[in-house]
Amino acid sequence: MNLLDVQSITMQFGGLKAVDQLSFQIGQGELIGLIGPNGAGKTTVFNMLTGVYQPTQGDVLFDGKSLIGLKPFQISALGMTRTFQNIRLFKELSVLDNVMVAGSRDISYGFFSSVLKTAKYLREEKELREKSLNLLSIFGLDKHATDEAGSLPYGQQRRLEIIRALATNPKLICLDEPAAGMNHNETHRLMETIAKIRQDFKLTVLLIEHDMKLVMGICERIVVLDHGCKIEEGPPVQIQSSAKVIEAYLGTDEDLQGGH
Amino acid sequence: MKILLQSMKTPLITFLVLLGIGLFIDIGVNAYIQLILIYILINMILAMSLNLVNGYTGQFSLGHAGFMATGAYTSAYLSTLIPVPAGGLQIFSFLLFAVCGGTMAALAGLVVGLPSLRLKGDYLAIVTLGFGEIIRVVLLNTSAVGGARGMYGISGPTDWTLGEWTVSKFVTGYSHAIFWVLVCFFTLWRLIRSSHGRAFLSVREDEVAAESMGVNTTQTKVRAFVLSSFFAGVAGSIFAHYANYLNPSSFSFMRSVDAVIMVVLGGMGSLTGSIVAAMFITIVPEALRPLQEILGVDIRMVIYSLSLVLLMILRPKGLFGTTEITDIIQWLKRKMSPGASR
Amino acid sequence: MEDFFQHVINGVSLGSIYALIALGYTMVYGILQLINFAHSDVYMVGAFAAYYSAQFLGISEAPGISTLVILLASAMIGCSLLGLMIERFAYRPLRKAPKLNILITAIGVSLFLEYTAQVIFGADPKVFPTVLKDSVIVELGGVQIKSLDVAVLAITLLMMLALNFLIYRTKIGKAMRAVSTNVVVASLMGVNTDRIIAFTFIVGSSLAGVGSVLVGMKYPKIDPLMGMMIGLKAFVAAVLGGIGSIGGAVLGAMIMGLSEEMVVGYLSSTYRDALAFGILIVILIFRPSGLLGKNTVEKV
Repeated sequence: MNLLDVQSITMQFGGLKAVDQLSFQIGQGELIGLIGPNGAGKTTVFNMLTGVYQPTQGDVLFDGKSLIGLKPFQISALGMTRTFQNIRLFKELSVLDNVMVAGSRDISYGFFSSVLKTAKYLREEKELREKSLNLLSIFGLDKHATDEAGSLPYGQQRRLEIIRALATNPKLICLDEPAAGMNHNETHRLMETIAKIRQDFKLTVLLIEHDMKLVMGICERIVVLDHGCKIEEGPPVQIQSSAKVIEAYLGTDEDLQGGH
Repeated sequence: MKILLQSMKTPLITFLVLLGIGLFIDIGVNAYIQLILIYILINMILAMSLNLVNGYTGQFSLGHAGFMATGAYTSAYLSTLIPVPAGGLQIFSFLLFAVCGGTMAALAGLVVGLPSLRLKGDYLAIVTLGFGEIIRVVLLNTSAVGGARGMYGISGPTDWTLGEWTVSKFVTGYSHAIFWVLVCFFTLWRLIRSSHGRAFLSVREDEVAAESMGVNTTQTKVRAFVLSSFFAGVAGSIFAHYANYLNPSSFSFMRSVDAVIMVVLGGMGSLTGSIVAAMFITIVPEALRPLQEILGVDIRMVIYSLSLVLLMILRPKGLFGTTEITDIIQWLKRKMSPGASR
Repeated sequence: MEDFFQHVINGVSLGSIYALIALGYTMVYGILQLINFAHSDVYMVGAFAAYYSAQFLGISEAPGISTLVILLASAMIGCSLLGLMIERFAYRPLRKAPKLNILITAIGVSLFLEYTAQVIFGADPKVFPTVLKDSVIVELGGVQIKSLDVAVLAITLLMMLALNFLIYRTKIGKAMRAVSTNVVVASLMGVNTDRIIAFTFIVGSSLAGVGSVLVGMKYPKIDPLMGMMIGLKAFVAAVLGGIGSIGGAVLGAMIMGLSEEMVVGYLSSTYRDALAFGILIVILIFRPSGLLGKNTVEKV
């Protein structure tokens, strides 16, 4: 069974169809790329999948359950998580707290437990703390655990977003342009990281990316969007030689020439 | 059980220390200053509880007075039904009244919060202001609680004897008030450092991200609002029984503004800041009273409002920002310790 | 039935006054996204400016058109100057501050004006000069149309037309619309946004000044706290109509004026103040963008 089954979803803003009848599937453990020129509707797709927007039409099945009408926190509880294109960390909280917020589903103690500091509270807090520190150390951020998240350099903020998403114990993680604003080396390290977390956490990954090198390098299958419609789907080799894709990109965007 | 005792150690010791101070105040100062002291404690509860909503959860309520009024009137009305016993047992009835007043206020908070917390920023501010005013208008028109004339002769703490000791009215009221100040402080302090509290903070920081990370933001906001209203109601109850008199005009928009000012002055997201600000805001107008005699006119409120504007322009984060006094103490300790210089 | 028509006339008259004040809220909100709490006190100062000019010129007891014009002018000038000062000294330094801080500043300015006015003017109500003789102009089957109501309506209409002309037919009006659409883009296009914002405060405040004279005319008692209630109601009117929308402010004000008059007429006057908030809460919960406002989707 497919982990994610997107069935002809449409998103309409007033007279504009940002996404039009889009369908695609993701199998357990796959790493899929979602690409397309600026304004093709990629982020809108993410927002629909994660419940930030409700699709005007169509259905999304995750693990066999329909996500329509669910709120983002419910979808997160089912095991789908995301990062944001324009980094949305809890800037004034510590790096560790950012991760611990996302781990709230590991917590079962109630209001009075936390006020009375019961044994349960102490144990669960300790476990969550250890788990979060552990996640941070995988990405080399554990020494910054007490720093304010907003004070981290840009690249580390991007990584922290991924860690935070991982703390929700996801099955599927949607990464929205994780390499945006990174230089060549950073992008390279990010590729390795994505491959590693996919292995270690047995994750399925859906990736929006502008950096073609990154997408072609690690994705097994790519879905190409243009003006809200799917124009091509297939393995990287097929996408690279597709006339439709080249047409969609040429003259509008220079990504195929390996821009930034 | 051992852990529970451990966790109650600090609150208990603090309570006993403050109680000891109270016994000195009982002998040392006059009734006027004692009254101001009780008002300071009430304002501390108001400021800390509002800080939960405005500071920690990042919402903006301007209707705190309404919840305080709900608690005050519930509690006062209850005391007409259930007579306050003489002697030491009176403490229990005041505790009961406070819990009931707080619960009623929490219910009011739920009713107000559920529909309005979908709104953000100034819209939320204006809706809570509206609800606060509606509560006041309703009280104004309810003859069972005196309507516009107010409610007189509300039973309050009285002197009682414990063996050979006489426990004064002040000590009774004071210990009741500090009990609730500590309950409020430790509840919020510990809550903020738990998973529930991190949810509040995440809503303040970024609602969309919080929701995507599994935080039920609507529920979180409503919880903060309800808990905050509960303590506002408790503060109202203490006020009702110590002042022995209630009038709807005591719970006008101005009192909500006062509470907001205490939160902002102390720093949004700093409980100890709220405590300091509550002292400051209660004492300064009293301390400035002589000025009125010199000038012949009352310019205290002019100074007060002007300083508010200046504070916003010059120190927008309040006195403490989000830091607590304990943070400063720890920072000082680290600076003082010999190993810190490297 | 006669009662009903009488209430309609009173309601429209009250509504026009709300409209004049509501416009100030809505224009400032349109440009700065700020609830200018001090606006109601600007209005109060307008009434006192008119009162003291009449005292100074000795025309307190000389009803007539010239008195009306002089009082309107002095209230408008007084309000504009005050509005300008508030913008310059309180709001401009906070242009980039968090919204909450600006809102608290607005409350602070409002309190400052109220308490300062109590110190300077005294807390007791003062009797507003007689501006026009109140006489019945037409009487139709028991329904009286009085000169004051006609004057209120005529002046309001005149002001609306002038405002409409200003916003849609002049260069500065175009700039105002540009700034309220997008401050950053407008400034990139060469609009001096600080000047436009200041100008908006002048326009909004002088409309409040007009409102204050009209109120003084109809209910000739003025005091330093007179702005609080009417200001809140005008604000509610602006939100009801869709804050930021000029037509909405007028529509909302008319609804407010009429419904308030009906509540007082047919139910009980003790609930008249709760009505405003009731309307506000209902509208914000069911249609937060107001009757004529636009819905916006938050960008993620």
